[in-house]
Amino acid sequence: MVSIIAFILLFIAGSVFFAINIRKVIRNINLGKDLNRKDRPAERFKLMTLVALGQKKMFARPIPAILHLFLYVAFVITQIELIEIIFDGVSGHHRAFRSALGGFYTFMVSFIEILSVLAFIGTIAFLARRNLLKVPRLVKSELNGWPKLDANMILFAEFTLICFIFMMNGADEVLYSRGLSHAENLGDGSLGLTISSKIGPALFGSLDDHALHIIERIGWWGHILMVFGFLNYLPYSKHFHIVLAFPNVYFANLNPFGKFTNLESVTNEVKAIMDPSFTPPAPANPEQPMRFGAKEVTDLTWKQLLDSYSCTECGRCTSECPANITGKLLSPRKIMMSTRDRLEDYGKNMDANNGEFKDDGKSLLGDYITPEELWACTSCNACVQACPVNIDPLSIIMDMRRYVVMEQSAAPTELNGMFTNIENNGAPWQFSQADRLNWKNS
Amino acid sequence: MEALKVSTMADYMASGETPEILFWVGCAGSFDDRAKKVTKAIVKILNHANVKFAVLGTEESCTGDPAKRAGNEFLFQMQAMSNIMVLDGYGVKKIVTGCPHCFNTLKNEYPSLGGNYEVIHHTQLLQEMLNSGRIKIEGGSFKGKKITFHDPCYLGRGNDVYEAPREVMVNLDAELAEMKRSRAKGLCCGAGGAQMFKEAEKGNREVNVERTEEALALQPDVIAVGCPFCNTMMTDGVKHFNKEQSVKVLDVAELIAQAKDL
Repeated sequence: MVSIIAFILLFIAGSVFFAINIRKVIRNINLGKDLNRKDRPAERFKLMTLVALGQKKMFARPIPAILHLFLYVAFVITQIELIEIIFDGVSGHHRAFRSALGGFYTFMVSFIEILSVLAFIGTIAFLARRNLLKVPRLVKSELNGWPKLDANMILFAEFTLICFIFMMNGADEVLYSRGLSHAENLGDGSLGLTISSKIGPALFGSLDDHALHIIERIGWWGHILMVFGFLNYLPYSKHFHIVLAFPNVYFANLNPFGKFTNLESVTNEVKAIMDPSFTPPAPANPEQPMRFGAKEVTDLTWKQLLDSYSCTECGRCTSECPANITGKLLSPRKIMMSTRDRLEDYGKNMDANNGEFKDDGKSLLGDYITPEELWACTSCNACVQACPVNIDPLSIIMDMRRYVVMEQSAAPTELNGMFTNIENNGAPWQFSQADRLNWKNS
Repeated sequence: MEALKVSTMADYMASGETPEILFWVGCAGSFDDRAKKVTKAIVKILNHANVKFAVLGTEESCTGDPAKRAGNEFLFQMQAMSNIMVLDGYGVKKIVTGCPHCFNTLKNEYPSLGGNYEVIHHTQLLQEMLNSGRIKIEGGSFKGKKITFHDPCYLGRGNDVYEAPREVMVNLDAELAEMKRSRAKGLCCGAGGAQMFKEAEKGNREVNVERTEEALALQPDVIAVGCPFCNTMMTDGVKHFNKEQSVKVLDVAELIAQAKDL
């Protein structure tokens, strides 16, 4: 009875705390500007199925893709067992689904066990890639400190989670063979779990009954505590991608990558210059001064902010970025990490000031992302192409360039020269428009 | 050599005729000495195939692409709207460009400002003409040579056009070698995003050197390009490695024109 109450309290606390954090994340994302991404639902659904569910873009790099697939499939399938654990926890049963499902139950749990072994291999391989092999994109400077610790903690938590599963099932197998398991005895000698029926006796076969019961309970409670712990860790971690990958791909840009947005605010001004009879529409929010481009996270769209929360810092973007490859300061991954960092700081500032943002003398541009990073970009879209969850770092870079150029007039000198040439003679170089057809005779 | 036959939209208008297609030459194609040769190669092919095309000549102006990528949305939209007035004034329906940046901007960024045209890149036009039999290539001077194609970002990743230039080059009877980073994984030449018009930021290498090194590793006779800026960057890269005697950087249009001895 005590354990039932403890479980229910844990369940409620874990769920409520998670809900509170999710609300904060949603509030933060909604600080972004409006953008309609509800068009073409069928196309969006298909894209989400292929890219998020089907991991299509991961397979551009087969080795990490397969290792990741082990963890991903194991994680998804284990949720079935989690339903039973929650049911058992609330009702005080033990393996409640076993007698009802019979052979299918044995198959299901065995399948989960096999996937868990693969996931076990995956986590060890991933830990090795980060800490021993030091795969270049996983040890870049923007990961120093918290991001590196975050990544290792996630892998270690997954490793522990799998250990708990095998403690629980392995000890239960030995207990069952001694007729002492709390699972209903169906008259067979074993629970029939593919992996645990082998490793259970090998690891725990020599222990006494009391020790086995303790190990089984440690496994069970450890597993469920890890699940709730992990759930509540997500909103603080890059690991949030396991949830956000799906909406992020669903709401992704469906246009050709080369097509950049045309700023409507600029269109209205340009139309007014070219056609004096044109009356620009009234601004949606007359209180707020109009700003061209992005200086702060609130100048970005909600999708760009969702992008920042969806980034799991894998660094595929950065490893394909021509600027980064040639030693420039720009890293598209760092653009996403800095955007999220600023958004989190912005949100915490609001929390501390009754929901109103109080000027902290900082902004996304300058304090989190520097002009040098922005000016290194070749707008080649390699980062956008590389992202397994369709994040668009380039759109943030471009919006910030717009602010630097149109609001701060702080473009690099040579670019100002190029602008002047286009304005004066319709070409980025100093050639007269009247000479435009001279190539014919040269 | 036959003189190039080039008419402007104004010429067509005066004679009451309508061209099949407008050839948008672009700033590089008009003014850059290297790119002008590509422009002429495109014209030679169009002349050879008797395509009724026109240019805007002195009425053409920058599409605004470099201004837009550099963040100057005002200047871009000013350019776009005045170009749209010119294009619509002539009732232009279809445009071919020799530059992926012009191509992308005209195709994708002009429609929401009121300019709606069918826009193709010159490699797509060449592909169309080969498929319909308007031009034919048999063997020619590139037979047996090794060619590697460098994907322009704004043609490839920007607009998913990967096959047109390759299908055109297949007709050359040459060996087409692919770099490891090609098609969707192609590495930029370093000129995009207005980098062409500024010094690179501080780093340990130039992007065009990185890219040219990758191309040269295949020991090609020709590095094929489809963009005037890539052309400049790759040509500079080849010079950096002192390979300009043995490796040529040529636009796909130049390959076709040379193969046909035009």
